[in-house]
Amino acid sequence: MGLVIFLVGLIALWEGFYLLFVEVLNVYKPYAFPSPVGVIEKFFSLIEDGTLVEVTVNSLLRGLEGYIIAVIIGVVIGLLLNHFKYLQKNLKPVILGIQTLPSVCWVPFSILWFGLSRQAILFVVVMGSAFSIAISVDNAIKHIPPIYERVASTLGANKKQIYTQVVFPACLPEFVTGLKQGWSFAWRALMAGEVMTTSIGLGQTLIIGRDLADINQVAMVMVLIIVIGIIIDKAIFTNIENRLLKKRGL
Amino acid sequence: MSLVLKNLSKQYENSDKSTLHEINLEVHDGEFVCIVGQSGCGKSTLLNLVAGLERPTTGEILVDGQPVTGAGADRTVMFQEHGLYPWLNVIDNVKFGMKLNKVPKEIQEEKADYYLDMMHLSEYKEYPIHQLSGGMRQRVALARALTMDSKILLMDEPFSALDKQTSNRLREELQNIWMKTKKTVLFITHSVEEAVYLADRVVVLSAATGNVADIVEVGIDRPRNVYDEKFVQIRHRILDEVKK
Repeated sequence: MGLVIFLVGLIALWEGFYLLFVEVLNVYKPYAFPSPVGVIEKFFSLIEDGTLVEVTVNSLLRGLEGYIIAVIIGVVIGLLLNHFKYLQKNLKPVILGIQTLPSVCWVPFSILWFGLSRQAILFVVVMGSAFSIAISVDNAIKHIPPIYERVASTLGANKKQIYTQVVFPACLPEFVTGLKQGWSFAWRALMAGEVMTTSIGLGQTLIIGRDLADINQVAMVMVLIIVIGIIIDKAIFTNIENRLLKKRGL
Repeated sequence: MSLVLKNLSKQYENSDKSTLHEINLEVHDGEFVCIVGQSGCGKSTLLNLVAGLERPTTGEILVDGQPVTGAGADRTVMFQEHGLYPWLNVIDNVKFGMKLNKVPKEIQEEKADYYLDMMHLSEYKEYPIHQLSGGMRQRVALARALTMDSKILLMDEPFSALDKQTSNRLREELQNIWMKTKKTVLFITHSVEEAVYLADRVVVLSAATGNVADIVEVGIDRPRNVYDEKFVQIRHRILDEVKK
């Protein structure tokens, strides 16, 4: 509740600032400074003509597609890193290095290789997210208390059972945390890809706003990107994470 | 089921001193043997070797004449840490080993109930592990170990992380269970009192030489009383041996 009041206050302050500096004092030009009222109007007008739903669904589906590919690649690399000492010692530092690269840096490559296409954006999303998931999988397995495996093996577990009955459930909460982080990387990479290439989506809607000198559309898309990011983070990942931890008394 | 250790030695890399040196020991079918010694004498290493969690440098371990080559359900271990799985409730933890070994469901149910009842945990079947006290957790771990009907039960200081009162109660319960089941038990402890209370024979490991310093036949009728004259005598004799 306190947060809601704070946010309303913040928006009121923004509107006041806009009225004062743009409408009254004319310090800023109206095409360079958005207003909350303008943003909300833009939101409803784009909802009404159906574009906003279409671009949002398009972005989400594309993001989901890239994210699923990233999860598959990330889990495989993570398991390999964990299983082979050689890769742990040599490949992991490389992956940690690549991981620090902002995903937008992959855009030139993706355009050269895939053109201005859907695949180009998927490539940026996968590169932006898969390595963080790989590292989190490796770490999650490393953090399992050794006693879990010792107990299972003295109860007669074979290698496969140790993976399915012990390693997987034991690292699940940390794995979900890694998936959450992977998603936030994927979402950012998706926007970087969409802004840089031309393909129907939220990023492109933002760029159209710029091209039309419609700053309210730009701001509206930015707010929407934040809101969608938060909703997915809280409603899906944090929710699952908390349930898992609560069940284990953590 | 008999357990034989033949010239068993364990030496770690980066250490010129061998932890265990030429250990020879025979544990008979249905016998309760305790191993005592100062910390660092290699008691836990010895148990890990028998469990198959570590490999000996030289020598061998025979269970019913068959050499041990790795961990297996015929030598169930109870560790100092309970090692229960926090994502499973009490009954699923107890059934865990039986599930791994594909024991039929009805038998799993039956045995889990039987051992939980033995451990006075029937009311706590559905509880998550984190809501149990330390003593209850060790009792769940013991129930899980017993469901395996293993030939040999290995116990690595299972009560030493508990408070004195709880650990005394648990060793009393363990004695009762052992009198009922007559399992072969190899029990590691640093408490001489616990060893004399539980064991048929107490093996003293020497920290200095890494081999068996003495084997003491306890020979007191069960249930035992720690204040009994003979108990105190044996306890002092072993304490002197351990301190050497």
